[in-house]
Amino acid sequence: MTDTVAQPTADARAAPDTMAWDSGLRRLMMIYLPLGCFVLILLFPFYWMAITSFKPNAELMNYKEHNPFWISSPTLAHIKHLLFDTAYPRWLWTTMLVAIGSTTLSLIASTLAAYAIERLRFRGSAYVGLGIYLAYLVPPSILFIPLATVVVQFGLFDSPLALILVYPTFLVPFCTWLLIGYFKSIPYELEECALVDGATRLQILRRITLPLAVPGLISAGIFSFTLSWNEFIYALAFIQSGANKTVPVAILTELVTGDVYQWGALMAGSLLGSLPVAIFYSLFVDYYVSSLTGAVKE
Amino acid sequence: MSVTTLPSPALTQRQPSWLVRLFDTKPFLIVMCLAPAIGLLAVFLTYPLGLGIWLAFTDTTIGRKGVFVGLENFQYLLTDPLWWNAVFYSVVYTAIATFGKFALGFWLALLLNNHFPFKSLLRAIILLPWIVPTVLSALAFWWIYDPQFSIISYLLVDVLHWRTSNIDFLGSPWPARFSLIAANIWRGIPFVAISLLAGLQTISPSLYEAAMLDGASAWQRFRYITFPMMMPILAIVMTFSIIFTFTDFQLVYAITRGGPVNSTHLLATLAFQRGIAGGELGEGAAIAVSMIPFLVFATLFSYFGLARRKWQQGEAND
Repeated sequence: MTDTVAQPTADARAAPDTMAWDSGLRRLMMIYLPLGCFVLILLFPFYWMAITSFKPNAELMNYKEHNPFWISSPTLAHIKHLLFDTAYPRWLWTTMLVAIGSTTLSLIASTLAAYAIERLRFRGSAYVGLGIYLAYLVPPSILFIPLATVVVQFGLFDSPLALILVYPTFLVPFCTWLLIGYFKSIPYELEECALVDGATRLQILRRITLPLAVPGLISAGIFSFTLSWNEFIYALAFIQSGANKTVPVAILTELVTGDVYQWGALMAGSLLGSLPVAIFYSLFVDYYVSSLTGAVKE
Repeated sequence: MSVTTLPSPALTQRQPSWLVRLFDTKPFLIVMCLAPAIGLLAVFLTYPLGLGIWLAFTDTTIGRKGVFVGLENFQYLLTDPLWWNAVFYSVVYTAIATFGKFALGFWLALLLNNHFPFKSLLRAIILLPWIVPTVLSALAFWWIYDPQFSIISYLLVDVLHWRTSNIDFLGSPWPARFSLIAANIWRGIPFVAISLLAGLQTISPSLYEAAMLDGASAWQRFRYITFPMMMPILAIVMTFSIIFTFTDFQLVYAITRGGPVNSTHLLATLAFQRGIAGGELGEGAAIAVSMIPFLVFATLFSYFGLARRKWQQGEAND
């Protein structure tokens, strides 16, 4: 199924004449039509989420009289309910705090680690790098039960600080891996010259290596931010009180109540919870895509 | 190299303090640089991993320290139909979702590899399902799968008249299982597509030109150039995908919580239900630990399976 679309068919005789199949109807059918379907399906749930957020309940539950794909009389009632009748602003704030905290912590730890592994070259540095990389392959679903007991031991149960400290376990391996790649791309001679000129290693890191690695730091930052905003299982297991929950957990455990689901409010909550990541992502989308592709190529 | 612009004379003239000199000794600096990362990983990853394996051999519950019980938890799991059910669904979920993600993602990557206007914008839009928190998009799917007001049912029944009654997506085992798999595929396509697109762009166009001059058909070009050249990257992306699909938690927890009648429990959601919600930490840990052999097997299979095929085809130059 995937294969046939590799390139529109060109048999041996027509092969050199590349323009023949590169134009017109064929291109429409082989490229634009499937591409359109992909975009439609990939974006539809977001459209549905958005449209539900602004629909009055009467329209939400009545497809006979109202076209479900459109809103006849948009309302802000669901968003108002979310912002004023629930602890949603508090959840957003906690999520933001946790995401920024764990991102900062991870960036500091992984920048230093990547610098040590890639630039300070010591015996076994390759193994340390491999070890940190392998840590990424340990999924949170295996760790959350013992981690819960560790968090209790540290007296951090039900505290957002627990999440700030625990999220780096999956952020640091990823960021270190990404930053090692960036440090590799910075010419070593720059540092050698500075060393010869008498700069200390910390000065070299601060004045030469870090400024040149800014694109890498930005993409590591975006990845960390989106990953910690997305994280669910640790936040579900370690946080108990309603006020300290992060958005994904709170929506699911606090907003889903009873038998009749408040779809309008739920979708408004999902939309509002997605917006910060989507905005943050759209600001740096080029860094994001290029580092994602770069990281995979490594 | 334009290094002469550095403020080097100023640096050499200042007499560095002992602290600066300490930070300039390489072994000390290495230790200081690695300490935060290694420390965090040791305390919150390596130690819990060991603790989890230990817990799996105890009868610990929440609020009570357990004692070593040997293989008792695992023996119990082997007789537990719910555990077998979760193993079965985890394998089915991973196999079908991975296949779907890679088939569709590869197709999308090939489409995106063509030239057309607004390409970078399109690439940015397509990544959205991967950026947005899984639970939040899962909620959208939950609403799309609503038994009464599902938009899919509406399309099939009222618009296209293909069916006479609404589909109860999440009400019975197999439809619920496939609904979750569909949501997982939806979420995974962007990542696979963008990663494979990166791989496609490293293939030199001259290979295709040469093949076309030799009269290779589109299928032959795909089979003998694109596919083998993509093997290394496919192996890596698929290994990652298998690990994270097999240990998935959010999607199932958000949409079905393992129901109906426990038919959609993955090992991770079952571990949560027993370990955290049910308080049986030891048993929950045993379920989590029971994922490890599957993960190791799947990783070895995907990585070496794909890597070996590349080697068999004699593609030494990549």
